[in-house]
Amino acid sequence: MATCCAKFTAAKIGWQHEPQNALHPSRGVGVTPTAVTRSDFFAPSMARRLAYVAVLAYLVYAAATLGLSLERVERGVGYGLRFLAGFFPPNFTETDIVPGLLESLQIAFLSSLIGTVIAVPVAVLAARNLMPAGVSWAARLVIIFCRSFHPVIVAIIAVKAVGFGALAGIIALTFASVGFVGKLLAEAIEEISKKQIEAVRATGASFMNVIAFGVVPQVMNRFIGFVAYETDSNLRNSTMVGVVGAGGIGGTLFSAFQRFDYNFVAGIILAIIGLVMIGEVLQIYVKRVFR
Amino acid sequence: MSVDPLSATAELQRWVRFTPAQRLARTAVFFVVVAAIAWALKTIEIIPEFLYDAPEQVVDMGKRMWPIDWGHFWPVVWPALIETLHIAAMATILGLLMGIPVGFLAARNATPVVWLNAIARFVLVATRSISTLIWALFFVAMFGPGPLAGALAIAFHSIGFIGKMFSEGVEEANRGSIEALQAAGATRMQQILMGYWPQVIPTFWSIALFRWDINVRESAVLGLVGAGGIGMALNAAIDLIQWERVALILFTIFIVVILIETIVTQIRKRVI
Repeated sequence: MATCCAKFTAAKIGWQHEPQNALHPSRGVGVTPTAVTRSDFFAPSMARRLAYVAVLAYLVYAAATLGLSLERVERGVGYGLRFLAGFFPPNFTETDIVPGLLESLQIAFLSSLIGTVIAVPVAVLAARNLMPAGVSWAARLVIIFCRSFHPVIVAIIAVKAVGFGALAGIIALTFASVGFVGKLLAEAIEEISKKQIEAVRATGASFMNVIAFGVVPQVMNRFIGFVAYETDSNLRNSTMVGVVGAGGIGGTLFSAFQRFDYNFVAGIILAIIGLVMIGEVLQIYVKRVFR
Repeated sequence: MSVDPLSATAELQRWVRFTPAQRLARTAVFFVVVAAIAWALKTIEIIPEFLYDAPEQVVDMGKRMWPIDWGHFWPVVWPALIETLHIAAMATILGLLMGIPVGFLAARNATPVVWLNAIARFVLVATRSISTLIWALFFVAMFGPGPLAGALAIAFHSIGFIGKMFSEGVEEANRGSIEALQAAGATRMQQILMGYWPQVIPTFWSIALFRWDINVRESAVLGLVGAGGIGMALNAAIDLIQWERVALILFTIFIVVILIETIVTQIRKRVI
C-alpha cells in the first residue's frame, strides 16, 4: 500500500524510472534528463535574479558614496569608546530630568487626545464604504499629508510658527496622530461587515445612528488598540521633539550634549528608556483589557 | 410551590458580557486615562498669547511659502534627495544585518536560553527608545557630519523594530521541521539556517520593505543635526528664512514619501 502511494506521487511530479523500493537510496538520484530536481524546482526566476543583482549593485554604489574608510572608522570607534567611558557613572541627580519627563508625558497625552478627536471624523470621511468617492479622496489626502512628514519636521515648522515650548510639540505630534489613527481606523472601518449596517439602516436609522450602532461596535476594540499604540508612539516621539525646541526632555538632553555633560546625557537616556519601557508595558496591558 | 423554576433559572443565568475583573480593569483604565488627561491639561505650561496667536502665524507662514521656489530644485534639493535615499538604503541593510541576529536571540524557541532572551530583548527596547536624532548626535560626534553618521543612526534605531518583528515571526514558526532537524542531529546553527530561516523569509522581506519605507521618512530629518540628506537643505532654508525654498523641500519630501509607499505596496502585492 505504501509503495503504491509513493509510486503515484512520484509519477505525478515526473520521475521516469521508478525504483521498486520507495525507500531505496537510489530514489531520485540519477534521474533522466526530463526529471525535476530539487534545485530546479526552487530556483528563482530570471526576473527575480535580475532584481537581486540590481539591488546589490545599487547598494554597492550607495555604500561608495558614504565616504567610508578604514582610517575614519578606526578614529570614530576611538571617539565612540571615549564617549562610552564618559557616560559612566550616569548622573540622575540633576533636577532637570523629572520636569522634562513630565513635560514629555503631557505632550504625549494631549497630542494623542487632540489627534484622536480630529482623526475619528477624518477616518469616517475617508472610509470608502460609508462615503462617496469624492469625499473619501479628500479625507484620504488629509491623512496622507499628515503621514508623510516626520514629527520632527512638523515640530520645526511649528516652533517657527508658535515659538519654543510644549505647544509646538503638541502640534507636531497631533499632526502625526491624525495621520496614524486616521489611516488605521479608516482601514478598520472599510473591513467591517456590511450586514449589520444594512440591518441598522433597515430600521430607518439616520446616518449618525448607523455610525453609532452599526460601525462603532465593530471597530471599537481595534480603535482602542490604535489609540494605545499611538499614545505609546507619541511618548517615544515626545522625548525627541525637544531637540528642535518643541518641549519635553529632548531639549534637556540636547543642551547636556552640547555642553559635553555626558554623565547627564547617560542619565537622561536611561530615564527615557525606562519611560518608554513602562509605556510599552502599559500599552500591551490596555490592549489586553479591551480585547 | 414557592418559586417558579423557570424564573429562578433565568435569575441565575443572567447574561453578563464581562467578568467582574474585566469590568474593573476597564473602569480602572478609563479613570486613569481621564486623570492623566486632566493632569496634563492642568499643569502644562503653554503661553496663552502663543496659543491665540498660532492660527495667524501659521497663515502668515503659508503666505510666505508662496510662490514655491522651483529654481532651487536641481542645484540643491536633488543631490540632497539622492543622498537621503542612499542613507535610507544603507541604513536598512545595516539595520537588517544587526537586527536579525538579535531577533533570533530574542526568540524563545530559536534560543531557549532565558538570560540571552532577556539581554536581546533589552537591546531591542533600548535601541528603539533612543530616537534617530539622538543616535545621530552620537554618530556625528564620532564620525563627523555627513551621510555615514546618518546611515548609522537610522540603522541603530531600526535594530529594535526589525528585531522585534523578526523575533515574533520566528516564534510563530512551525515546530515540525525543527523537530525533524533535531531528530537528524542538526546543530543549533543548522536548525536556524535550515529550519527557521526558510520559514521566515516572507517575514524578512516584508520587514525589510516596511523598514525601508520608514527609513526614508526618518532620513529626511537627520540633516538637522548635520547627518546629511535633504534635512540639511531644509535646515539651511529655515535658518536663512527662505520660506519659498522650505515649501519646495517639503513638497519634494511629500512626493517622494508617497512614491515610496506606492512602490512598497505594489511589491508587497506582487511578490510577498
